[in-house]
Amino acid sequence: MAEFPKISTMGERAILVQFEPVIDESLLEKLLFYKNKLEEFYDEVKVEVTNTYNSLLISYLFAIEDVYGEVSALKRLFDEAKIIKLSNRQIFHLPVCYDEEFGWDLEEISSQKKLSKIQIIELHTAPVYTVYFIGFLPGFLYLGGLDKKLQISRKKEPRLKIEKGAVGIGENQTGIYPKSSPGGWQILGNCPVNFFDKNSDPPCEISPGDKVKFYSVSKVEFEEISQQVSDGKFQLKKENYEG
Amino acid sequence: MKAEIEVLHPGLFSSIQDFGRRGFQKYGVPFSGAMDRLALKTANLILRNKADAAVLEITQMGPKLKFPAPTKIAISGAYLSPKLNDAEIENNEVIKVESGDVLSFGRPVKGSRAYLAIAGGFQTEKILESRSWYEGITEFQKLEKGHRLPYSAVSGEEKETYASVKFDPSYLETSEIKVFPGPEFDRLPQELKTKLQKTNFSISKNNNRMAVQLGEKLENQLEPIITGPVLPGTVQLTPGGNLIILMRDCQTTGGYPRVLQLSEHSLNILVQKKTGEEVHFKSGS
Repeated sequence: MAEFPKISTMGERAILVQFEPVIDESLLEKLLFYKNKLEEFYDEVKVEVTNTYNSLLISYLFAIEDVYGEVSALKRLFDEAKIIKLSNRQIFHLPVCYDEEFGWDLEEISSQKKLSKIQIIELHTAPVYTVYFIGFLPGFLYLGGLDKKLQISRKKEPRLKIEKGAVGIGENQTGIYPKSSPGGWQILGNCPVNFFDKNSDPPCEISPGDKVKFYSVSKVEFEEISQQVSDGKFQLKKENYEG
Repeated sequence: MKAEIEVLHPGLFSSIQDFGRRGFQKYGVPFSGAMDRLALKTANLILRNKADAAVLEITQMGPKLKFPAPTKIAISGAYLSPKLNDAEIENNEVIKVESGDVLSFGRPVKGSRAYLAIAGGFQTEKILESRSWYEGITEFQKLEKGHRLPYSAVSGEEKETYASVKFDPSYLETSEIKVFPGPEFDRLPQELKTKLQKTNFSISKNNNRMAVQLGEKLENQLEPIITGPVLPGTVQLTPGGNLIILMRDCQTTGGYPRVLQLSEHSLNILVQKKTGEEVHFKSGS
């Protein structure tokens, strides 16, 4: 029997499905395919399915009565090998101001990685990042695809307060703090866009499987965009993404 | 008729809670909701409210609240010496409230969190399908002096048709926490598995609606995991050897090994413990 997927209960109200522990886009496609199937499968029942890099969590409103039956049903579902590629993917272009006012750790990254600030910005804005999932804080995107040359350890002591919009890197990840919070990542800029709006439906415009690309903006452009965002007039630049 | 409770004194930490938010984990939004669900349900059922009507979750030192219009209330969970005006009142009973009455609390006698239900439920804002307070989602996070809590006033005239609800408060005093193996349990060396079973763990001062850290450390050699899903009741083992039990306001994902998962009812037991009190794990089946 294959080691993965590993299906186990997590307490009385959740089933965890684990795949091989890697950050990999083809695994993400597989997870999102199964996630959609699960959401169809459970149509009428109050069940919530979420994904991370290599797991699906199926959480039930009530205690699972027939665990054996539930797990067998899931196994049959995962036996389906034909993975249909993701459709309706979008790429979002996100403005980042790498001005020293926001790039608190640019100096440190520069000296540790022996890169100029301009090289850091080029390396950070070049890749097309993949959104794996949203977690940690409302609207926090887990992005994969950071250039190896920028991979850096987290700060030894986490900061007690990181500003809303701060763009950081830590190990092989990069991301944006959707609200001010404590945090341990190295901060290189700020993105003045809202990633979570409790009054919108859905509250996050960006979904797992979507793509993100950063572009550098000046301090003046940053201020303009911030103003548009607070006036509710800012439109995120997005296009369909054909992977 | 709409009325609003006036908060004369906020107490230590109180917040409006219901069953919490479901369906928004995928956006990184915590479940939230009452820490002790049994007490939430009991308080509501006594008043014939819906089981998930919003209540006030009161931690240890209760607030002082003034009611401008008649209603009925019920308190369940911890016994925090509640008084209506100058008279002591009981938990788990329907209490009639008249215009101008003041509810206050005294010494925490048994348990840590009490639940104040009101006829029809508190009518505070509903955001993402729940009234549970959480920073960044609802306007308020904890009760402050001067806050006003809306409710629908009911006259005391209608027939008494309240249910007699059986509530067994013995769980407030048990120290046995039923657990299941977590996703990374199997990676623990036998010695640590035994220690988890045999140790009496104390509740450290780091305990709140997000997490309860235990006072005793374990020697940990487990590597962090690739960020994965966590739930209220997930027990994480940090690189420093601390055990952290996640609570209702916990983040949706985490990178520490998940060694145990509490049973649903054990969460109710645990959240009634005060700093310094002891618990032990018992494996469920």
